[in-house]
Amino acid sequence: MLRLIGARLMTTIPSVIGVIIVTFLLTRVLPGDTAAYFAGPAASPEAIAQIRSKLGLDLPLPVQFVSYVKALVQGDLGQSLTTGQPVTADLAQRLPASAELTLAGLLLAMAVALPLGVLAAVKQGSWIDHLCRVVATAGVSLPVFFTGLLLVYVFYFLLGWSPAPLGRLDVFASEPARVTGLYLVDSLLARDGETFRAALAQLILPAVTLAIFSLAPITRMTRASMLAVLGADFVRTARASGLSGGKVIGTYAFRNAMLPVVTTLGMVFSFLLGANVLVEKVFAWPGVGSYAVEALIASDYAPIQGFVLTMAILYVVLNLMIDLLYGVIDPRVRLEG
Amino acid sequence: MSAPALLEISDLTVEFATRRGAVQAVKAIDISVGKGETVAIVGESGSGKSVTSYAVVRILDRAGRVAEGAISFSGIDLVAASEAQMRDIRGREISMIFQNPRAALNPIRKVGRQIEDVLLQHVQATRSTARQKAIEALDKVRIARPEERYDAYPFELSGGMCQRVVIALALACQPQLLIADEPTTGLDVTTQKAVMDLIVELTRERGMSTILITHDLGLAAAYCDRVVVMEKGRVVETAEAGAIFRAPQHPYTRKLMQATPRIGMRLRDLLPEAPAPLASAAAAPRAPASAEEPPLMQVTDLVKAYPRPASGSVMARLLGRQEADQPPFRAVDGISFSVARGETLGLVGESGCGKSTTSMMITRLIDPSAGSIVFDGVDIGAIPARRFAASPLRRRIQMVFQDPTDSLNPRFTAERAIADPILQMNPPTSRDALRARCEELATLVGLPVELLDRFPHQLSGGQKARVGIARAIALNPDLVILDEPTAALDVSVQAVVLNLLQELKERLGMSYLFVSHDLNVVRLLCDRVIVMRSGAIVEQGTAEAVLGDPQAAYTRELLTAIPHPPA
Repeated sequence: MLRLIGARLMTTIPSVIGVIIVTFLLTRVLPGDTAAYFAGPAASPEAIAQIRSKLGLDLPLPVQFVSYVKALVQGDLGQSLTTGQPVTADLAQRLPASAELTLAGLLLAMAVALPLGVLAAVKQGSWIDHLCRVVATAGVSLPVFFTGLLLVYVFYFLLGWSPAPLGRLDVFASEPARVTGLYLVDSLLARDGETFRAALAQLILPAVTLAIFSLAPITRMTRASMLAVLGADFVRTARASGLSGGKVIGTYAFRNAMLPVVTTLGMVFSFLLGANVLVEKVFAWPGVGSYAVEALIASDYAPIQGFVLTMAILYVVLNLMIDLLYGVIDPRVRLEG
Repeated sequence: MSAPALLEISDLTVEFATRRGAVQAVKAIDISVGKGETVAIVGESGSGKSVTSYAVVRILDRAGRVAEGAISFSGIDLVAASEAQMRDIRGREISMIFQNPRAALNPIRKVGRQIEDVLLQHVQATRSTARQKAIEALDKVRIARPEERYDAYPFELSGGMCQRVVIALALACQPQLLIADEPTTGLDVTTQKAVMDLIVELTRERGMSTILITHDLGLAAAYCDRVVVMEKGRVVETAEAGAIFRAPQHPYTRKLMQATPRIGMRLRDLLPEAPAPLASAAAAPRAPASAEEPPLMQVTDLVKAYPRPASGSVMARLLGRQEADQPPFRAVDGISFSVARGETLGLVGESGCGKSTTSMMITRLIDPSAGSIVFDGVDIGAIPARRFAASPLRRRIQMVFQDPTDSLNPRFTAERAIADPILQMNPPTSRDALRARCEELATLVGLPVELLDRFPHQLSGGQKARVGIARAIALNPDLVILDEPTAALDVSVQAVVLNLLQELKERLGMSYLFVSHDLNVVRLLCDRVIVMRSGAIVEQGTAEAVLGDPQAAYTRELLTAIPHPPA
């Protein structure tokens, strides 16, 4: 098993190298001049040139690339000019925030979408099937910033049920001792119910916003996949042998229908992780998405490169986990290795 | 029958709701099955035989419903029974075995667990005894080493083995009635015999009743007490097995009987009446290939080897660890034969014997590992398969594929499908010329010209088979490889297609390589026969010699496994 994982990881090395080269080149090709941006609008050309040479941006591209890779090998992603912090520190601070939000959103979405999809397939053409269609269509049709703002308006402004959408914790609560970086987990580990409640209260609205958006692909895929499996011969055999409805749907159909659903989950997760910038903006969530966008606007190379590289590695790890999960679900995959 | 019937179907009508209104798949049929009796329901596709059995255990699609009639099973009204009652009956009182055993089992659950599921559902075992009972059930269907097989997944077992597991599953709870729906379709003859013998023995041992649903009259005759013949949703004849074959009453039964290939028949005997010979050519006496004339194709020491899957991991290989190399698997292991001009050569064997690999090498779709294929003086085996499509010889070797539906592009009309090879190899000067050629070909294969604009899903199985044949002969090939061209067709359609192939061959002077597992069909169509097993030729000779007086033990085994209807 370990050997298999090792072999799989080795095959991803070329793509990671590719990502390093492409992001490096892309950031250099993008319009915008870092030095001019940081020198400010009133700076003289000399001042800009001075900053440029200080940042090493006047060196030829290959030289810049070599020094970038050298630093990278030592685990140094460079310095962010916007925050003044090392990029690794910034990412380590912000990635758990994004991960917590995305995971919570995804778990919520799964909790609704999987049963809904299964029910829609089992009772095809019934009201629940139509409900499934409406929910899925509405979820993707509403842009996340709109659902986000609507939720804030209703639950914070009108009803006052949720706290102000200002990041991961309200100003009065203190951060839990850092173990995983996920506040919910850390506060539980620290047995700090107060912080847990505070973090949860902040998390609910953005997580629901994300969940509404990701409901659609998961529901649709679950429904389609279940429909295909329910028509399969072995489900007919199971029914003809008198197995109960729950057994047929749960053990026989659902597990077989899981494969495409797991693939979809992986895709939705990796998509959300990088793409929930709008949600992060609406809820002032200190995640990686907004960090990367801010860096991009400032032509701040190091954070962008760091962000893309981190995402690429996360994607690789996620895909590996999905492949391993396939093996758990389907013995035929295990054989192929 | 003096004993009261175990299953009594009376006046049963099953309807399916479709977009164009309700369609009756089964129309007012009466069937009864006595205790311990074995009844066959015989019919071609669309006769409603499977629907009848699904109605009995109430596993019809959601679109289907019992519109009228009654089904009573030892006094229980199955039409009115509640779903909970039905669940107790399914598997415990009435069990089913299905076609395509591998698909009938849950692909990601151990077979032992699947048997346990049924045992636990019907309270035939407790959690602690389930495993033991499941292993016993596997043992009863003669699966060797049942303790190990308990942990096997369906994909690790052969088709015949899977069917044994399905039988074990069906008989685990000692039901009173077994419904076997085409249990051996798609299995090799020897496997078919083993599976059928097992079913009969086990059901007889337990005094069970059996309904065998099949399209194969021979199978029905060999294994059943009574035969019910169905056509288009109606029962047309019910009689004792012996009687129905000696004196079939209904014209449809007679037609079915006649279309079933048997020993001592000629190809034309399969058709209801002697058809007028196609167009001009009267069947010319078959030109025997003279010894002096060089054969059209000479295959010598043909080998196809595949490397065995590597057991070592990528890491091990990266670290330079060498593993003992296993010899490659030889799917075709040094075979030699020839095809004479105007001859039909049969290539016979069970699945995995290498007959498809051989036909694909000859068609030049894959490259041989060794050996030569000399076609009309040219060693085409030396031309790589990738480049053969551009060779002028490509048009002289064509193929008719096994599944008439899957081998047609669903988005091509019949005309476009037939025109495809012409457009690839020999584009005609004008649109009209192409249309004219397609119409000519359609007429040749007996496809009504007005059907040329239809798509495959608008054609019947027989019509699709004709399109496939027209496509193969569009370039006037010298050799046509027929890969089980009638395996997916009903017997009456098969009879027509086989006759068509014979007539075309005589008219156009082609040679055929006929790949099949159906020895009765091979006997009718082929001049010479090659019997293959595990990649090697076991026996070859004229059809009469090989199939009439087989020398190899394996050929004899194949022949005796065929169920014969009493002639």
